[in-house]
Amino acid sequence: MTSVTTRSAPPRAPGRKKRPASDGGIGRYILIRFLLIFPTIFILVSMVFWLMRTTGDPITAALGGRLGPEQLAERISAAGYDRPIFVQYVEYLGQIFTGNFGTTISTNRPVSEILLTYGLATLELVFYSLLVAFIVGIPLGMVAAYWRDKSPDAFLRVFAILCYATPVFFSGLLFKLVFAVWLDVLPVSGRASTSAELQMQLLPNETGLYTIDAIMTGDPAVLIDVLEHAVLPALALGLLTAGVFLRLVRTNVIGTLGTDYVDAARSRGVSEFRLVRKHAYRPALIPIITVIGLQIALLLGGAVLTETTFEWKGLGFMLSEFLKARDFVAVQGIVALLAVIVALTNFVVDIIAALIDPRVRY
Amino acid sequence: MSDLTSVATTPKRSLWSRVPVVHQLRQSMGLQRGMLIAGLIITTLFVLTAIFAPVLAPYGYSQLRDADGAFGAQQPPGGSHPLGTTVSGYDVLSRVLWGAQTALFVIIVAVVLSIFAGVFLGLVSGYFGGWFDRIMVVVSDAVYAFPSLLLAIVMSIVISGGKSNLIGGVFAAAISITVVFIPQYFRVIRAETVRIKAEAYVESARVLGASNTRIMFRHVLRNATRTLPLIFTLNASEAILTLAGLGFLGFGIEPTAASEWGFDLNRALSDVTSGIWWTALFPGLAIVLVVLGITLVGESLNDLADPRLRGRRAVAQTAGVVAQTSVVPGGTLAAGPGGLNGLEGAATHPSDGLEAGS
Repeated sequence: MTSVTTRSAPPRAPGRKKRPASDGGIGRYILIRFLLIFPTIFILVSMVFWLMRTTGDPITAALGGRLGPEQLAERISAAGYDRPIFVQYVEYLGQIFTGNFGTTISTNRPVSEILLTYGLATLELVFYSLLVAFIVGIPLGMVAAYWRDKSPDAFLRVFAILCYATPVFFSGLLFKLVFAVWLDVLPVSGRASTSAELQMQLLPNETGLYTIDAIMTGDPAVLIDVLEHAVLPALALGLLTAGVFLRLVRTNVIGTLGTDYVDAARSRGVSEFRLVRKHAYRPALIPIITVIGLQIALLLGGAVLTETTFEWKGLGFMLSEFLKARDFVAVQGIVALLAVIVALTNFVVDIIAALIDPRVRY
Repeated sequence: MSDLTSVATTPKRSLWSRVPVVHQLRQSMGLQRGMLIAGLIITTLFVLTAIFAPVLAPYGYSQLRDADGAFGAQQPPGGSHPLGTTVSGYDVLSRVLWGAQTALFVIIVAVVLSIFAGVFLGLVSGYFGGWFDRIMVVVSDAVYAFPSLLLAIVMSIVISGGKSNLIGGVFAAAISITVVFIPQYFRVIRAETVRIKAEAYVESARVLGASNTRIMFRHVLRNATRTLPLIFTLNASEAILTLAGLGFLGFGIEPTAASEWGFDLNRALSDVTSGIWWTALFPGLAIVLVVLGITLVGESLNDLADPRLRGRRAVAQTAGVVAQTSVVPGGTLAAGPGGLNGLEGAATHPSDGLEAGS
């Protein structure tokens, strides 16, 4: 199958071609894997740059129709968009390398500042969503494997497919309708209520992560408020991934239940429940780690939709705002940052996978 | 791995039972069969709705008034509007039914385009190898790891400048989705091509003096496509979700051009806060149902092809006939962006050798 092994960026499946052990250990793997980050980021950033520029310069896109031709030309030459595109490209790459993503056209703020402020909000959302996915997906996957081909399994498999089939914005809308409007137990949208936000702004060193800020205020009401706001968005986004985890745990537990060491344990009289709980469970978790790297991409895409649904002021929310304003400098910056995040996450995940499973290493 | 292909020597089955889904339907049993049948029924209903939308829908997708006057905005379900009207005054039922047509159209365009592009690139890249192959693999991996929705957004900006107009909107959506899918087909076909290239019959063909083109399209391609129906179902459901996501972010198709579920959900966003549920519920349910139906078919096909996941009794019964390996180890749901990562390593999973050894 892998007779011709081509060096490629992630994702990498376990069980690829192994070289003799003399070929270097984990240190070498980390180094190579680290160097592979750069082509990935380079390709994505370049692709986004060239694709976005085929539509013309960002200033015409954002302000065309609102300014006269002379004013437009003036703004374009001031921003340097009238120079040869290749010069701009090289300059753009250099800027990204130094962390400068340009200045937004619609709000005239540095993109890097926006990335930092709103990126933290997205980070918080993704963290809570992963938490939901773990809490829901892993135990249910074990339940499904335990009752394989019985009715709980059938029910859970349909549940997993439903998790995937429901767009986050639709589940978000339903949650909003039921819990925020009809039952009125949770807030409709936003990251915190105004009073809580004010209280957090008074902190001497705000982090931007509301959960941490809320704890630092020392007021339990603020923390509860922040957590209440996070419940529905995290559920909507987390269930999307929970379905994937459920399936993965189920398949892998079923797989390990058929292995020799589990058979050996079974023959010693270990109960079926304990086999699932203790013996088959651990090896089944390794694939989850490798899949998290891929799920990050899905989560970030889902975060754009979830944040728009719940007006959660993160990168995704800002992205759709900038899209509406046709501010493509900002869009390009956000997309480039997400590319970097995806590449870095995949790197970290691959390293963790290699530490756990020696077969992954080159 | 090479002995897997020798399964081609199984007794010849009738033409009818060799039609992809029919064969799996016979092979399946119990729960699996139920899931497959349910999926097939939903998918068929979806296609029929899409085709007969003009007959089924009581009104046009952009119709605001009839002989009795304007419909009125946000009318609750009942009377002449069984599912109510939207904030813009469209009939919800009609929008939902017409939306099936848009969805089907986008699926077909997107999947057909990406199959052609992805299969061609994968074949050429895998067959010739070299620096072109290396670059293609790195690029497709980079694109693959990227959030597909974001890529689709970038593409739709490029294609339609972020604006949606008539037919252009539908095509822009379809092409945006196509770009996301090309790497998936590329990876699968490339991996298969690399494997098949080393087979004896390819070598024989070369010895006989067949040209590269002939070998590629006659010998390699025909044997490399067996996994395509599975990826097709995966992508069809993902296409609907991406289309809806684009629509929800405002890249959808204008309501006057066609009906699109994601766009309707976007408009329903503010309705929900005031307790108006029918404008959000029905387009959303339509998306869920269609994706559920197509995914059930894809899941069942995948499970039936994977000896680890097939029902135990079914394994014993059909072990000799099954030729396909799983496209997606661990189930198709993991095949989000990058989820097909097991593709290349799939056949090396120890338990996959089950039928190879038997």
